[in-house]
Amino acid sequence: MSVKISEEKLFSFYEEMLFYRRFEERVLRAYTQRMFAGFCHVHIGQEAVCVGIQGLLEAHDYVLSGYRSHTQAIAKGLSAASVFGELLGKATGCSKGKGGSMHMFSEEHRFLGGNGIVGAQAPLAVGAAFSLKYKKQKNISVCYLGDAAMNQGAVFEAMNMAAVWCLPVLFVIENNQYGMGTHIKRVTSVDSLAKRALAFDMEHSSVDGMSVVSVYEHCAPIVEKMKKTGAPYLLEVNTYRYKGHSVSDPGLYRSKEELESYQARDPLIQAETILLQSKKFTKNQLEELNQKVKEKVKKAEEEALSAPFPEKEEAFKDVFVS
Amino acid sequence: MALLTMREALGEAMAEEMRRDSSIFLMGEEVAEYDGAYKVSKGLLKEFGSSRVIDSPISEGGFAGLGIGAAMTGLRPIIEMMTWNFGIQAFDQIINNAAKMRYMSGGQFKVPIVFRGPNGAAHMLAAQHSQNVDPLLANIPGLKVVSVSTPYDAKGLLKSSIRDDNPVIFLESEMLYALKGEVPEGEYLIPLGEADKKKEGQDVTLVTWGKITHKALQAADECEKLGISVEVIDLRTLRPLDEEAIFRSVRKTNRCVVVEENWPFASVGTHIADRVQRECFDDLDAPVIRVSQEDVPVPYAENLEEEVLPSVEKIVRAIQTVSYRI
Ligand SMILES: Cc1ncc(C[n+]2csc(CCOP(=O)(O)OP(=O)(O)O)c2C)c(N)n1
Ligand SMILES: [Mg+2]
Repeated sequence: MSVKISEEKLFSFYEEMLFYRRFEERVLRAYTQRMFAGFCHVHIGQEAVCVGIQGLLEAHDYVLSGYRSHTQAIAKGLSAASVFGELLGKATGCSKGKGGSMHMFSEEHRFLGGNGIVGAQAPLAVGAAFSLKYKKQKNISVCYLGDAAMNQGAVFEAMNMAAVWCLPVLFVIENNQYGMGTHIKRVTSVDSLAKRALAFDMEHSSVDGMSVVSVYEHCAPIVEKMKKTGAPYLLEVNTYRYKGHSVSDPGLYRSKEELESYQARDPLIQAETILLQSKKFTKNQLEELNQKVKEKVKKAEEEALSAPFPEKEEAFKDVFVS
Repeated sequence: MALLTMREALGEAMAEEMRRDSSIFLMGEEVAEYDGAYKVSKGLLKEFGSSRVIDSPISEGGFAGLGIGAAMTGLRPIIEMMTWNFGIQAFDQIINNAAKMRYMSGGQFKVPIVFRGPNGAAHMLAAQHSQNVDPLLANIPGLKVVSVSTPYDAKGLLKSSIRDDNPVIFLESEMLYALKGEVPEGEYLIPLGEADKKKEGQDVTLVTWGKITHKALQAADECEKLGISVEVIDLRTLRPLDEEAIFRSVRKTNRCVVVEENWPFASVGTHIADRVQRECFDDLDAPVIRVSQEDVPVPYAENLEEEVLPSVEKIVRAIQTVSYRI
């Protein structure tokens, strides 16, 4: 089965990517204005990955990720204001201000974090898939991992269990080529991370993550098949982060040319070009959209800013179920 | 004397030892080309090359175990944990292999290895990134545990740790890497197991170690203004523990407060309180008081984080309480 994306769908994906771009820019601005502190990892440059993949999910699918997950949380249905609120450490944040940038959670939206320990989400994702199979639900569990997370023992163990027990986990490697300042080639023996699946006899493939069209069209049949067979799948998405690892990283380990070669294939520009070529959308419309998106982001930030900080007693709640 | 930052002092300790012993190598995430996530290993790759300063994959259990195997076969590894929160992944190797190898092989193998990195809460890093491992690892027979508060101590103790033929856990802090302090020009060593009196006092003994030592000293100064003279003992090494230094001071002041950044339950402080009440019972004028973190995971929001971590005010209050002057 092959899927072709419609222009209308691409337009809505474009809007979503634009929203994440502006959202993360605003987050960085808030950080540099010292509205919050700690670590802050953004997805600028990688927007097509979660938009293309999560555009295929249903409310009852699970999503798990690492510490770079603001946009994935929003894509799973969390309000942008509750994610921004969490960043600011507000009581209205999606984790009541107790989690912060690395720990977005929503049971309601089946977003199981936001994990700060590299690769630690992989066994949890397998557990969520185990639950689905146990309850005979035809949903899947999506597990985002960074390229560097592929060298964690827990990830190998998780993949083997998913394979041997045939559990519906879609392992998505967001391969942006770097784990902090280390290029993946310096710490990994395989030339393509998708090959790791061979060790588990797991279905796998790689896709261009700079194009939301590629991600979506490539993943549609994968997700559909997983919902039928319940078998796991390893997908490598080749992408690039434009910013440093976190706000404090100047990114001196890579060249300007390398960055620019990816920016030339920017997911937003690619989508824009297709939309304009289709003649269904005008430049004006896209500019209006940009304004609308900016307003939406601003509103989310304002809502978060005006929310209260948690009461001190909050520090002592939620250690146990009461 | 030179004025060095903590990161420079630690870096110098490694460089000096690596110059004198070619069996020493440094391995960890970002230690080589990036000069260390916190720049502690700055310049080491340049001086010693990539066969001795090695960037690892994000495989803490793996490279901790690799280090132990190398130590069993004649090398002297320094394994950097980017932070000890991630070092938790290596606990199996550290506890099941490093700590027990000598014993369970009937004294055949030695494991001369240092596991070092920052420990404890920094600022707004939330529950998974704000943990102290001192009680967890000090509990294990077969491990030495060092926790430093000044550049001088850091350099002298890291050099001794590297020369030690046993596994040493070396605890640093992100918040102290930029701290400056006097460090002698020439070579010096500080033996493991010796506490240091960071401040002389008469009325109360304050026992502490690591980053929180600085808050303890601030609190001691506050108390001087209130007319309470506080002696501050920085343990520097938790295993072996310099019990005599604690007892000597308590026998003089007759009052003891233990300040630690650990959770209160079954911590290092509970052990010290037990030892003091047992050995100094007749000298004590008040029960030993402990200041620790609140018994909850560390929250993210700044106001909540402040609420659960030990503060100067909390320490002052404890000193007043133990002095019955509140
Ligand atoms: C177990 C563990 N080790 C080290 C770290 C510190 N750390 C945080 S992110 C990171 C790099 C991860 O890179 P990658 O998996 O490629 O994800 P990306 O940041 O590129 O999205 C490291 C080493 C951690 N959080 N957890
Ligand atoms: Mg990466």
